[in-house]
Amino acid sequence: MEKLINLTLQVWRQKNAQDEGRFVTYEAKGISTEMSFLEMLDVVNEGLIRKGEEPIAMDHDCREGICGQCGLVINGRPHGPRDRTTTCQLHMRSFSDGDTLTIEPFRAAAFPILKDLVVNRSAFDRIIAAGGFVSVPTGCVPDANSIPVPKENADQAFDAAACIGCGACVAACPNASAMLFVSAKISQLALLPQGQPERYRRVRDMVAQMDAEEFGTCTNHGECEAACPKGVSLEHIARMNRDFIKASLTHRPPTQTGGAG
Amino acid sequence: MPAAEQSLAKDVNPGFMDSSVGRKIVMAVTGIIFFGFVTVHMIGNLQAYLGAEAMNGYAKFLHGMLHGAGIWGFRSVMLAAAVLHVWAAFSLTLSNQAARPQGYRVQQFQAATWSSRTMRWSGVVLLAFIVFHLLHLTTGHAHPTFVAGEAYANFVSGFQSVGVSAFYLVAQLCLGLHLWHGIWSLTQTFGWAHPRYDKLRRAFATVMTVLVVGVNLSFPIAVLAGVIR
Amino acid sequence: MELKSNVPDGPLEKKWEKHRFDMKLVNPANKRKYKVLVVGSGLAGGAAAASLGELGYQVECFCYQDSPRRAHSIAAQGGINAAKNYRNDGDSVLRLFYDTIKGGDFRAREANVYRLAEVSNAIIDQCVAQGVPFAREYGGLLDNRSFGGAQVSRTFYARGQTGQQLLLGAYQALERQIGLGAVKMFARHEMLELIVIDGVAKGIVVRNMVTGEVRSHMADAVLLATGGYGNVMYLATYAKGCNGTAIWRAYKKGAAFANPCFTQIHPTCIPVTGDHQSKLTLMSESLRNDGRIWVPLKQGDTRPPHEIPEEDRDYYLERKYPSYGNLAPRDISSRAAKQVCDEGRGVGTTGLGVYLDFSDATRRLGAPKIEEKYGNLFEMYERITGEDPYQVPMRIFPATHYTMGGLWVDYNLMSTIPGLFALGEANFSDHGANRLGASALMQGLADGYFVAPYTVGNYLAGVKPGTCPSADHPAAQEAVAAVKGRVDRLLSVNGTETPTDFHRNLGKLLWENCGMARNEAGLKKALGLIPELRQRFWENVKVPGSGDDLNQSLELAGRVADFLELGELMCRDALERRESCGGHFREEWQTPEGEALRDDQNFCHVAAWEYTGEQSAPMRHIEPLAFENVHLATRSYK
Ligand SMILES: Cc1cc2nc3c(=O)[nH]c(=O)nc-3n(C[C@H](O)[C@H](O)[C@H](O)COP(=O)(O)OP(=O)(O)OC[C@H]3O[C@@H](n4cnc5c(N)ncnc54)[C@H](O)[C@@H]3O)c2cc1C
Ligand code: HEM
Ligand code: HEM
Ligand code: SF4
Ligand code: F3S
Ligand code: FES
Repeated sequence: MEKLINLTLQVWRQKNAQDEGRFVTYEAKGISTEMSFLEMLDVVNEGLIRKGEEPIAMDHDCREGICGQCGLVINGRPHGPRDRTTTCQLHMRSFSDGDTLTIEPFRAAAFPILKDLVVNRSAFDRIIAAGGFVSVPTGCVPDANSIPVPKENADQAFDAAACIGCGACVAACPNASAMLFVSAKISQLALLPQGQPERYRRVRDMVAQMDAEEFGTCTNHGECEAACPKGVSLEHIARMNRDFIKASLTHRPPTQTGGAG
Repeated sequence: MPAAEQSLAKDVNPGFMDSSVGRKIVMAVTGIIFFGFVTVHMIGNLQAYLGAEAMNGYAKFLHGMLHGAGIWGFRSVMLAAAVLHVWAAFSLTLSNQAARPQGYRVQQFQAATWSSRTMRWSGVVLLAFIVFHLLHLTTGHAHPTFVAGEAYANFVSGFQSVGVSAFYLVAQLCLGLHLWHGIWSLTQTFGWAHPRYDKLRRAFATVMTVLVVGVNLSFPIAVLAGVIR
Repeated sequence: MELKSNVPDGPLEKKWEKHRFDMKLVNPANKRKYKVLVVGSGLAGGAAAASLGELGYQVECFCYQDSPRRAHSIAAQGGINAAKNYRNDGDSVLRLFYDTIKGGDFRAREANVYRLAEVSNAIIDQCVAQGVPFAREYGGLLDNRSFGGAQVSRTFYARGQTGQQLLLGAYQALERQIGLGAVKMFARHEMLELIVIDGVAKGIVVRNMVTGEVRSHMADAVLLATGGYGNVMYLATYAKGCNGTAIWRAYKKGAAFANPCFTQIHPTCIPVTGDHQSKLTLMSESLRNDGRIWVPLKQGDTRPPHEIPEEDRDYYLERKYPSYGNLAPRDISSRAAKQVCDEGRGVGTTGLGVYLDFSDATRRLGAPKIEEKYGNLFEMYERITGEDPYQVPMRIFPATHYTMGGLWVDYNLMSTIPGLFALGEANFSDHGANRLGASALMQGLADGYFVAPYTVGNYLAGVKPGTCPSADHPAAQEAVAAVKGRVDRLLSVNGTETPTDFHRNLGKLLWENCGMARNEAGLKKALGLIPELRQRFWENVKVPGSGDDLNQSLELAGRVADFLELGELMCRDALERRESCGGHFREEWQTPEGEALRDDQNFCHVAAWEYTGEQSAPMRHIEPLAFENVHLATRSYK
């Protein structure tokens, strides 16, 4: 049942990428436990606007745990205290009257802060652009049922494909490594017949781009898996490592294609 | 960087050793060599319980393998592994620190262990230990009553110093920290993962760590307690 | 204004093929001389941008999220239809066509719908080849289910995340083109104006949402794939950022807006808990297969549900629609729920909700079976409401879910402004007055992968290459100045109410008067109140901060300003359409049993509105609909 609680928020405020940033304390009074975490911040923000102050900037869109746009570090945990729950699906009944909440942005060199709690995650897009796809031009494809895929593989590929690209894995990783995100895509495509032709090239290219984006490296802490709202498993990192080893051992220099004519 | 200026690293495919995953694999290959060594070394050292003859004979056997070439072959592999391992550890640590220039005010760990988060410190202690250990029991520079070729005697007299034994004990605890995460970590790096065997991987790391560290700890304790003399 | 549908002649089945042959081709060497702007990166926009980039055009793609992967299409749960007939249960292109026309209550254009059904199969092939992990059977082949009351199993799905997986497929194809340099992506860019030169669409004005920079992008063709405008109702199942701005700007620059009042209300959403509520979450319709819907018989009965005995419960759907019962179509069950709540019999703290009770089904099937079927949905419900649906009945309420209306487009998906195309939910084209489940995803991808790439080419073949005007063109500069002026104006009002206050007020007003059931008095009332609200907005809105950086209040204020105009057009359209059809239910036109009563005599047409200026009323045009291949029939769900 609905209860009203009072909270103290320590929120990271930073005007823009150049600004140094600082914590600012706000009181959130009379918060209904039925609210989602973002709705609680909405209430605080409405109060700020009425006072003529700038509201706390935060990313969000779908508010139902699927777009991956939201993401705050709440009391030291990306997406907050509830397992497998995005910030937008976290509800205030997870907190008690009188709690102090520290709210910080995802922190990583590869995710520069744009404002307050909003960070730039376009590094993820560039990693996908480097190879996270199957090269099929529109229209030039066989019938969907011409290649059977064992259900087990399809299901496993799905588990990897469930990644919403939120970046909580990077935020949680003590090394700010993007391995879980990158391996989820590599693993999904490695498990499907459609992904085979480009499999080994993909892993090399995506890892190269990941490194170019200045993410940290994985030392197998496993924090990423614990923070992942979609339960993406460390097994995918292992599979990616395996593919990377194979790719490094078997890789040939590209042959010259094209010719006179 | 505005999205419009997306640039891809594709054409500058970095070398294996430049790649984060490549360096990880270097770490794991050298790590598994170390792991293998400490395990075998631990078994070899058990000779101490069989007495002076057994242990000295064993030492002689080791030194005489392939007319002495064996030990040097082994030493060069170990040295190379150590250099690579330390280099990779250093370079990965730098990348990782650069990847999060500004830390969190509050951070709650869910899965990372004390062992996983202190790898670089337990590693440094191990390095210091190895240097000391070589000076102590191999070359004798750090051993006041060292006698070349008398492995057993050196061993016993070495551990009779409480200070030396204490350092050994601390180092073995660091070894435990390092191995417990390290063994699990290298299976992950080599991609030896399958949901059916995941529990086994953890269990294997725990069992091996407890075994190696437990036995190693027993040597100085046994000497101090007078069980070995 | 002339509404020329440009439907090719010839028999229905041959129209698209013939048209594809008749269309002009662009010389491959010239393709890169054309610039095409795609606004939106959802299924429609993402697919179109990737496909056009692949063909060799210079493409620029825009979205307001931080990544194209986050477009609202990602939230679709249920599935996507295709006439593959993999089940051998009698499905065919013709049947999918017929179901869609009938589902749309005969207010869609036959030729478009037929084409949609025709390309549906290619969509599945395309997505599978991209690596979309659709559900499969143990034999390794694709699984299907029946959805939204269809009598054949033609819905392909990927757990409850079909939209996500399809969108990621399109996104990856798009990223590939971005990597190859064929498409330039502008994320966190919001389109705020259309540039029209000599009556032809030639560019857009966007605001960089991080730096605040306002600039123009010029092009030879502009594609709007900006999704639906259902957020006009404030509470809806849409993502918070969904807006009507892009199509509204286009409307104000001369593009006709078709059937704005056609909105779809979904019956099974998690109800509102209070004024803080920011959006509503959809629960899959499949729950209605086993759940029984009821409310207390008596008004104001506040006993907890398990203390209410059978004789004090009203299973109103079973009572009113004995043969369909709890499975009555979306619009009918939505309206029925609203009705019982209006009678004061709603449940939950707000009184806006009805019970969806699984206790009978649990008794009949056993708890494990229920968990197997609905476990993940129950979990999601628990996460949001904190109540355990295994113990207490779920509470559900209808919410705005889809807008069938949108920019009017011809068979080529081109609006009434030459060079301006509209794709996906942003256009009005394929769903008539009501959309069937699992067909929005189909339409978005059909438009993006298989229609626009041809028809845009056909249009460009008639444009001289290299004639794209420069950003110095007076019309472009004027548009940029207009956007800057608007931003300044929003920032300078400095009143006392927040943009959300206005949005919430507008939403309530529309929900009450232009929601599930509409009547003349209510619509007229709304038409009086909306302009007042709009005026108050411009006098009293408070937008803190500046225009030169990331300013989320400013973004919202701009969207609300447009909704305040769009809402009025919706009411006007609803008032003029003096019949009930699909999602548009006018209380004055119903059968004695409360069913929608169509008036095919007078309203078998598309209503398309033309903007005529700030001071004058918009003009209503009609495109008559001819049904040559199906017979107009009345729906009945008794
Ligand atoms: C909860 C839910 C479940 C659904 N389930 C199903 C289902 O099971 N099956 C089905 O067929 N349909 C379903 N639908 C409907 C379907 O998801 C949508 O109709 C469809 O995805 C719309 O796709 P789109 O490409 O037209 O637009 P969207 O996916 O909404 O994309 C709009 C794009 O335009 C961009 N944009 C918008 N405005 C601007 C602007 N001003 N400037 C710049 N960019 C802008 C956005 O950034 C975004 O990239 C569901 C809808 C909802 C809400
Ligand atoms: C200077 C000394 C050392 C340093 C700084 C060091 C540091 C590290 C670091 C940072 C890692 C990576 C952690 C990870 O990936 O999880 C690691 C892994 C490992 N180390 Fe060391 N280490 C040192 C010496 C040793 C020694 C002496 C041994 C053997 C007893 C050893 C065995 C291992 C093993 C088995 C691994 C796991 C490899 C893997 O992660 O794949 N290390 N070490
Ligand atoms: C308490 C535990 C240990 C004991 C009692 C012990 C004992 C010894 C002894 C007696 C020798 C000399 C053998 C000889 O020269 O004949 C030796 C050599 C050596 N030990 Fe240990 N050791 C222990 C732990 C370790 C650990 C943990 C490491 C590594 C991390 C290690 C690494 C080495 C190395 C590298 C050599 C030299 C081998 C060579 O000759 O090249 N030891 N050890
Ligand atoms: S792997 Fe998990 S935490 Fe990382 S981006 Fe994907 S969904 Fe988010
Ligand atoms: S937490 Fe970081 S270290 Fe690896 S296992 Fe996850 S990426
Ligand atoms: S807002 Fe979309 S996942 Fe949270």
